[in-house]
Amino acid sequence: MKGRVLVVDDDTALAEMLGIVLRGEGFEPSFVADGDKALAAFRESKPDLVLLDLMLPGRDGIEVCRLIRAESGVPIVMLTAKSDTVDVVVGLESGADDYIVKPFKPKELVARIRARLRRSEEPAPEQLAIGDLVIDVAGHSVKRDGQSIALTPLEFDLLVALARKPWQVFTREVLLEQVWGYRHAADTRLVNVHVQRLRSKVEKDPERPEIVVTVRGVGYKAGPS
Amino acid sequence: MSKDSAASAPGGTGARAERPVGRKAAGSRWGRLLEGGLLQGGVQGSPVLRLFMRWVRRPLLPVMRLWRRNIQLKVVVTTLLMSLGVVLLLGFVVIGQVRNGLLDAKVKASQSQATGGFAVAKQKADEAASGTADDGSATDGNSSQNVISWMSDLVSSLSSGGQGAFDVVTLPAGADSGGGRSPRGSGYVDPSASVPEDLRARVNDRTTAAQSYTRIIYSNGKESQPALVVGKQVNDPNGDPYQLYYLFPLTQEEKSLSLVKGTLATAGLFVVVLLGAIAWLVVRQVVTPVRMAAGIAERLSAGRLQERMKVTGEDDIARLGEAFNKMAQNLQLKIQQLEDLSRMQRRFVSDVSHELRTPLTTVRMAADVIHDARVDFDPMTARSAELLADQLDRFETLLADLLEISRFDAGAAALEAEPIDLREVVRRVLSGAEPLAERKGTTIRVVGDQQPVVAEADARRVERVLRNLVVNAVEHGDGKDVVVKLATAGGAVAIAVRDYGVGLKPGEATRVFSRFWRADPARARTTGGTGLGLSIALEDARLHGGWLQAWGEPGGGSQFRLTLPRTADEPLRGSPIPLEPKDSRRNRGLNDAGLPSGGGDKRATVPVQPMGDQGPPIPARNPIAPRLTAATPTADPTALPGNGARVVPRPTGGTRRQEDRPAADTPRGDSVSSTDPAAAPENSNKQGEASRGR
Repeated sequence: MKGRVLVVDDDTALAEMLGIVLRGEGFEPSFVADGDKALAAFRESKPDLVLLDLMLPGRDGIEVCRLIRAESGVPIVMLTAKSDTVDVVVGLESGADDYIVKPFKPKELVARIRARLRRSEEPAPEQLAIGDLVIDVAGHSVKRDGQSIALTPLEFDLLVALARKPWQVFTREVLLEQVWGYRHAADTRLVNVHVQRLRSKVEKDPERPEIVVTVRGVGYKAGPS
Repeated sequence: MSKDSAASAPGGTGARAERPVGRKAAGSRWGRLLEGGLLQGGVQGSPVLRLFMRWVRRPLLPVMRLWRRNIQLKVVVTTLLMSLGVVLLLGFVVIGQVRNGLLDAKVKASQSQATGGFAVAKQKADEAASGTADDGSATDGNSSQNVISWMSDLVSSLSSGGQGAFDVVTLPAGADSGGGRSPRGSGYVDPSASVPEDLRARVNDRTTAAQSYTRIIYSNGKESQPALVVGKQVNDPNGDPYQLYYLFPLTQEEKSLSLVKGTLATAGLFVVVLLGAIAWLVVRQVVTPVRMAAGIAERLSAGRLQERMKVTGEDDIARLGEAFNKMAQNLQLKIQQLEDLSRMQRRFVSDVSHELRTPLTTVRMAADVIHDARVDFDPMTARSAELLADQLDRFETLLADLLEISRFDAGAAALEAEPIDLREVVRRVLSGAEPLAERKGTTIRVVGDQQPVVAEADARRVERVLRNLVVNAVEHGDGKDVVVKLATAGGAVAIAVRDYGVGLKPGEATRVFSRFWRADPARARTTGGTGLGLSIALEDARLHGGWLQAWGEPGGGSQFRLTLPRTADEPLRGSPIPLEPKDSRRNRGLNDAGLPSGGGDKRATVPVQPMGDQGPPIPARNPIAPRLTAATPTADPTALPGNGARVVPRPTGGTRRQEDRPAADTPRGDSVSSTDPAAAPENSNKQGEASRGR
């Protein structure tokens, strides 16, 4: 699988090592070491995925993440040395799809990148309905009353996963496996944060969700259509 | 007001309390009085009386509580009672003096009046006597006729001089009531009823004047009135004695006195009420700041460190306020310092974490690349690459555990509790531990998972704790069964992990939670793991407000029990699973050597060798063990052999960790030495395989 990966990291040794590993796995890495230059590099290289270190000189990673997310739905994987709740949640809330805590194994990193790049390559034409939303899986679009709603690929996947089985309650672990591609249970905060972000886009009233409903003590399910 | 009832109600019973008998239980004066009074009668045992006591006391309880708690009420009531006493005393003294003064004047005037009257009577009698003597013709009967009319004249003439200011009465002397000398009085006075008997006797006995107080009774229906009566025995014209009395009504004096009384009573009432009001105001001045201080202290202790007292003036109250504020200021400063320190510590940990992890990531990736390419290397380099990768794993885990522990120490660990089904967590942990269990030939059984076991907990942390316990149990279980047991009861859920391996020596049940603890420091360190696993698990349990406790017996395996409150804020009172499993040697009635003991033989029917593949079935649910209901678990290193302590003092560090625990046991006693060394070599071999359990 070919893929352009933009590595935003100020640590040159780590960046170089990342480059070695990524090239070894068949990706095309490009590098930027400064937060201020990250956005320009992003526009220039048009990557399929961004690897973003949270601690950067100049603009910090959170800010860069927000800027990139503002103009693109490209998958963003954060590299963070802090697994503390606040840092991770802030990162995810600023738009990152996934995060990976240093130190990580190369295989782990590659698996995450692949999971993010793995789009259902030629999805069968499929129409799904959830609440008053109409989802065109192949066309990658979500519409309410003909008005399309812009979702990032990850949010779209999350919504589709829920909408495909509206009768089923998804635990966070199952969602992690289906949407993020984690084989073993990882951080369920990923799910929480992304469900919040999804709700803020698709719900009429995010305080009283009707599309993505919380099942207390278990997980989430699609609202009645 | 309520104090009225407090004052009046116990009056009846209080009267019996002649000796004040202090009973420690009684909170207030009235309560003491009540109890003292009722218990004095020697009826302590009488249930009827006790019932009555309760019946009397019940309505008083709120009043007594108010009395105990309200200093203002206390002071005002006390002031009222004391000033009432003072006013009453003063009133009596003043009234007595006024009365004495009034009466003294009256008595003197009356006496001189009466003395004059007596002299006139005597003179008239003498004149009459000389008149009759001159006449010479008077007979006895005639003379008595004369005496009767003379006496009537005398009375009317004497009383006419008083013009209603006094009345005159004559009475016969002694028992002699002969002749016409029957009692007579002026102005409708009933003569015999108005003069007291004892005065008549006194007048009879002597010749001087005597006086007394009395009430004048009128024969015409006029209201009786108080009076002073002065009497003297005098002779009539015949020389026979009779008693002459002057009666001076005291109506005027009584009026004056009652006026004074009324004035005093009114003034006294005003004084009492005013004093009460003054006391109330004064106490309020003192009590208000005290109450304010109390309220602010409460808010301070609730964490609102900005709260200060308002200070006005320079008096004692103001000094209290200033001192209080200074205290609050210092407290706030200290707390802020501590918070800053803690923040710095956390910041430091975070920074170190970042600084260490970035190069470590590079090294890690490089090592993995080298490791993956090791087939192309010569054997020495290839082995080096393997060692490098392995030890990097260890280094990473150690770093992660250290950072986790320091987060706990800095108080930076946050609980993200939500309702989770612990069966799910157990399932995940078991699926993760499966490869290790397979390698060791261990079967992991789960008991008590028929029903949901739901608790508000942080799934990530609970899973970490359980993973630790299960991996430990498998590693030290000698290939025997490991039983994971779930139970919920009484606001608590518990998961116990039981193994039948080498177990724990006495005292080790507490030490396994110490950082870097290991049973035998002399043993070479061959296994992975950081020595921090159980310490972190313990901190995780604490963060939930739960317990993590260990039990073990040498050669009999061990049990680790995690107890969590079902809802996050609830304090734990007990655990649904007893810490010491039912199939422990002691519970089966065996001592450490496997011989039946005299003592606990409750499980005598259980097979003697339970360490085979199938241990005795453990009931899914147990009532909360009664001995665990004690509130604060304490370390108990001197417990019976094999009886693990419940918890777990914060370690001071220094020793090694639990995973390495079971190695060469130093023989503890003759009975154990036969079992332990047998287990040791086998175990250490297996430990060699089981690296990187966590």
